[in-house]
Amino acid sequence: MKTLVTGLIGLAVMVALALVPVLGPRILVQDLFKVLCLLVLALNWNLLAGFAGLVSVGQQAFVGVGAYVMFATTILWGWDPLAGVLVGGVVAMALSIPVAFFAFRLNGAYFAIGTWAVADIARLSFGQWRALGGGTGTALPRDATREMLGVDAVRELLGVSAAAAVDAMTYWLALLLASALLLGCWLFLRSRMGLGLQAVRDNPVAAQSVGVDPTRLKALVFLLTAFATGLCGALLFIQIGRISPDAAFSLLDWTAFVIFIVVIGGIGTLPGPIVGVLVFYGLQRLLSDYGTVYLIALGLIGIAVMLFARRGLWGGLIDRLGFDPLPLGHAAPQKSPRDIQEERP
Amino acid sequence: MAILSLQGVSKSFGALKVTDNVSFDLAAGEALGIIGPNGAGKSTLFNLITGNLRPDGGKVLLHGRDITQETPMQRCASGIGRSFQIPQPFGHLSVYENLLVAARFGGGVSATEAPSLCMDILHRTGLAALADRKAGALPLLNRKRLELARALATRPRVILLDEIAGGLTDAECVDLIATIRAIHAEGTAIIWIEHVLHALTSVVTRLIALNFGQVLMSGTPDEVMAAPQVQEIYLGIEA
Repeated sequence: MKTLVTGLIGLAVMVALALVPVLGPRILVQDLFKVLCLLVLALNWNLLAGFAGLVSVGQQAFVGVGAYVMFATTILWGWDPLAGVLVGGVVAMALSIPVAFFAFRLNGAYFAIGTWAVADIARLSFGQWRALGGGTGTALPRDATREMLGVDAVRELLGVSAAAAVDAMTYWLALLLASALLLGCWLFLRSRMGLGLQAVRDNPVAAQSVGVDPTRLKALVFLLTAFATGLCGALLFIQIGRISPDAAFSLLDWTAFVIFIVVIGGIGTLPGPIVGVLVFYGLQRLLSDYGTVYLIALGLIGIAVMLFARRGLWGGLIDRLGFDPLPLGHAAPQKSPRDIQEERP
Repeated sequence: MAILSLQGVSKSFGALKVTDNVSFDLAAGEALGIIGPNGAGKSTLFNLITGNLRPDGGKVLLHGRDITQETPMQRCASGIGRSFQIPQPFGHLSVYENLLVAARFGGGVSATEAPSLCMDILHRTGLAALADRKAGALPLLNRKRLELARALATRPRVILLDEIAGGLTDAECVDLIATIRAIHAEGTAIIWIEHVLHALTSVVTRLIALNFGQVLMSGTPDEVMAAPQVQEIYLGIEA
């Protein structure tokens, strides 16, 4: 029942968000697009670190690869950018296979450093791609996005300019991606494999002893999150319109902020990244004009949450409320066959 | 035919030989105890049987099949369950979910059958009332019970118990012994490492004494405990 109510509320929120490009100003659409993309990145990182115990500091590698591949398919081969988004996700996933091969030999902090090093190698490598502007980068041709599949239909539907139609299109795709990921994460974590993954996170040796293969499950999650992160990276850079190695592989924008979002929202909880991204967006609106002070404030808030509310804002809230509206756990059946037998006269 | 056989199993860590040419058979439904002083290589022997460690030499056979190169997951699926000397619960999962993981993966139980199997085991091990409690919050006795319950949920044909009575009071031990006896009575073969000798000898029909990784002696509990060399190395009584 609780899950049904939560599902209905979620559906209502999704419909309301889907109407933003129809009813709201373009600046709101652009702002919410970034919020949704950060939510996608945060859901991915939460799945990795919060549920698989893989604390990666190199997810910007997959954002950058997804974005660069989309640029390459659009500029060099003249494909529709939306096809480039899909190919970007697939290439990011393909890259995650050799990365996993090396990084999975490392544990804990060493894994974090290893993934960071991989992301930096990717940044330096893509900086050598002269056809895409080398170290200084390049911009998407204006017509490429305006001629994207579906833009004309959106233009006619909303009666807006081509640029506003592109914003609406990318916004709806980000909303679709975030919703699909949220639902996918919930279904996965409630499944047999999700349960096994959480067992691996808690104790890999004990998990092996009850038949769970830690490497297989972690690799599966690493590959799937690389795919979704690559898709998100490509989508982000359709809207940004310009790419450079430093922007596409930015540790601060695509990983550090994402870690902040997950930690303050509640790592290892599904709604945590949603709460975190809302708080982050609010703080950004309030403090981003203060430059360095803004970053110091974010750091202090992150430290305070880690010290005094280790389960994050969402974790703290459900502890106080005493119930979880989006439970991931499996409740024990109320009665076993033995109970029923014992109750019989 | 023996359900489990070790044939000349050896393992060294650097220059230290912790398991030295160990061989024994375990008959189906047998309860075998392993004793020995700290550092004798008892837990290493369990790790060699479960596949958490690979031997440097020798073979491990299950139902006559060589499983020496198999992973712990494969061995679990083949019917080897274990408990750990220091309890290793999945701390963020509930007690029930700890069993559910074991039943669904190691036990190969379907989603529809797993809940009743898990609840039945929780009843047998005295954990039913704590089914929805987080496993990380359990006190020692219940953690030990959970180790046993989780191993049972993999539906083992051989269960390896590593000092499961250690740290428990006499009253707690009595409950645990009754549970282990019931498991044995159902036909599950048991290998039990234990320092609480009265608990061990009340269940097992055969004892192996280990010292410096070697089998010092094997026989009935009375024979082994009465042997001067066992008394000397294990109980500190000079022969």
